[in-house]
Amino acid sequence: MSDFPRTPPKQSWTFSNDINAEIRRAAATGIYDIRGGGSKRKLPHFDDLLFLGASISRYPLEGYREKCATDVWLGTRYAKKPIHLDIPVTIAGMSFGALSGPAKEALGRGASAAGTSTTTGDGGMTEEERGHSKTLVYQYLPSRYGMNPDDLRRADAIEVVVGQGAKPGGGGMLLGQKISDRVAQMRNLPKGIDQRSACRHPDWTGPDDLEIKILELREITDWEKPIYVKVGGARPYYDTALAVKAGADVVVLDGMQGGTAATQDVFIENVGMPILACIPQAVKALQDLGMHRKVQLIVSGGIRTGADVAKAMALGADAVAIGTAALVALGDNDPALEAEYNKLGTTAGAYDDWHEGKDPAGITTQDPELFKRFDPILGGRRLKNYLKVMTLEAQTIARACGKNHLHNLEPEDLCALSIEAAAMAGVPLAGTNWIPGRNGSF
Amino acid sequence: MQTFDLSAQGLRALNSTLHGLKGQTNMTSWEIINPKGAHAIAVGLDAPVDVTVRGSTGYYCAGMNKQATVRVKGSAGPGVAENMMSGTVIIDGDASQYAGATGRGGLLVIKGNASSRCGISMKGIDIVVHGNIGHMSAFMAQSGNMVVLGDAGEALGDSLYEARLFVRGSVKSLGADCIEKEMRPEHLALLADLLKRGEADHLAKPEEFKRYGSARKLYTFNIDNASSY
Repeated sequence: MSDFPRTPPKQSWTFSNDINAEIRRAAATGIYDIRGGGSKRKLPHFDDLLFLGASISRYPLEGYREKCATDVWLGTRYAKKPIHLDIPVTIAGMSFGALSGPAKEALGRGASAAGTSTTTGDGGMTEEERGHSKTLVYQYLPSRYGMNPDDLRRADAIEVVVGQGAKPGGGGMLLGQKISDRVAQMRNLPKGIDQRSACRHPDWTGPDDLEIKILELREITDWEKPIYVKVGGARPYYDTALAVKAGADVVVLDGMQGGTAATQDVFIENVGMPILACIPQAVKALQDLGMHRKVQLIVSGGIRTGADVAKAMALGADAVAIGTAALVALGDNDPALEAEYNKLGTTAGAYDDWHEGKDPAGITTQDPELFKRFDPILGGRRLKNYLKVMTLEAQTIARACGKNHLHNLEPEDLCALSIEAAAMAGVPLAGTNWIPGRNGSF
Repeated sequence: MQTFDLSAQGLRALNSTLHGLKGQTNMTSWEIINPKGAHAIAVGLDAPVDVTVRGSTGYYCAGMNKQATVRVKGSAGPGVAENMMSGTVIIDGDASQYAGATGRGGLLVIKGNASSRCGISMKGIDIVVHGNIGHMSAFMAQSGNMVVLGDAGEALGDSLYEARLFVRGSVKSLGADCIEKEMRPEHLALLADLLKRGEADHLAKPEEFKRYGSARKLYTFNIDNASSY
């Protein structure tokens, strides 16, 4: 053996262990990887923004004495009965089918206790959710699974889903393992088969048709309900403008960190934009049309903390929605279940095979033995606590910026830690007055 | 007979009036004049009333209908009777795209032709078309029955589930996973009933039709079927 030192083994950045493992998996199975959740790659995000806080030029509000309001009105443009929420953190659409009945009940319990809304999903409205949600948004999806006028009328708002952040331009698939008798009955399909959710609506195409579709929904519900239009983060300026043109009361914008029950990993990780890049474009569209704050903007995709809430609102959103974070609050991916995650070949925090219906936490499953493990009352309490904490955190930051309402946060309260985040968010790079792309800079 | 002048009184007043009939039975016969192709005429009805529209309609006439009988004495725009739950909708003329889309119950009769995507994603509705239907009809159709006295366009029944399709004329092409199936006695009986209810029993006999349905090969994802999509 030579005495000279050998070149140490060097892994390829391009052909990393993860990439090579996926190549081997694809070669062995002949099928792409399907999983739940949103993008796992590192993306420019709210973590790349900081609040400046008050100083000599601005004065703060007293943390435990001076009021910082958090309420939000949604649907004030046309609806006879707009929604008033105590907090601007809503629960995003997640289907019964993807989630168990008790999990939907827990979302309703927690959201109602915290003074906010829940949203149905691609499987129709369940009694668990309607019964426990003081304010329930009913999604109007391309599949129209379970769609009926009675549920439209007993909803508090209607959300026309055009796309979602995890898969803009894509439909969905609920695999046969999760198609129980009840799920099958609600969707008018045989038990146990894979159920496809279409990527386009069956009876309209484009913004002009959407305007007529919204008219129909308003007429069916006697113009009472706020009508949201949800889009995935792809072309947020134009999508927002077209949704406004079509008559939306509220635009819901979902970035690529937003989760899905089941989609191809290649889709989740390679299509769409991070929410940070989406918000300013949507706000610009609303401002250009003179509709900012008249048509409300709800943003979602990677909202985790009160700081994220405050940052989204400072960029111009009226409210946010959470999905994955709500599931974590309920108990999804809890390290206490590590042994069971290990049996499924994964680990707590990384479990994303929600489509297989084997969730040891009993949340993303239709297996009665598994969902019996989940206590909807306890889950609801945990969600309420989490929503309250997020709100307190956002208020803490807003007061430090001298704001007596979360809606008074503004881009001037922010700076960015990276050039990328500065360009996307349209706020200055920290320590400079430079906003890449503004005032003639590159 | 109650007469409602849509052009004079407006759409909101029309639908509000018709919605107000829920639970009433003394004003069961309505006539809508001057529709002038308006959208969303008589949508969301939920009462056993009889509504006749004298003229042609725009998008989504009789959308999400329950219980009511809606007759259009003209042609209907896109999405007529979309997501209908029950009741009957009869179009004297032609129907544009997506007729009966996602319908969950009731009967839709089109006495003229229907354009593309007739019965798309249907979920239990019965549709009887006296004329022809356009391409991609019954796409992803889940359940219910479609009867076509004329011809069907390209890709009939693409990716369909358990809906039954009966076509008397030619089919330009079948969509993925849609095949011709044996016409058994129970299908002939079903067809006879549909023709009668669809006011077409004097125009065609059950024996003149072919039945199409799902081969059920795409019900569970299989990589070997990828070229079918």
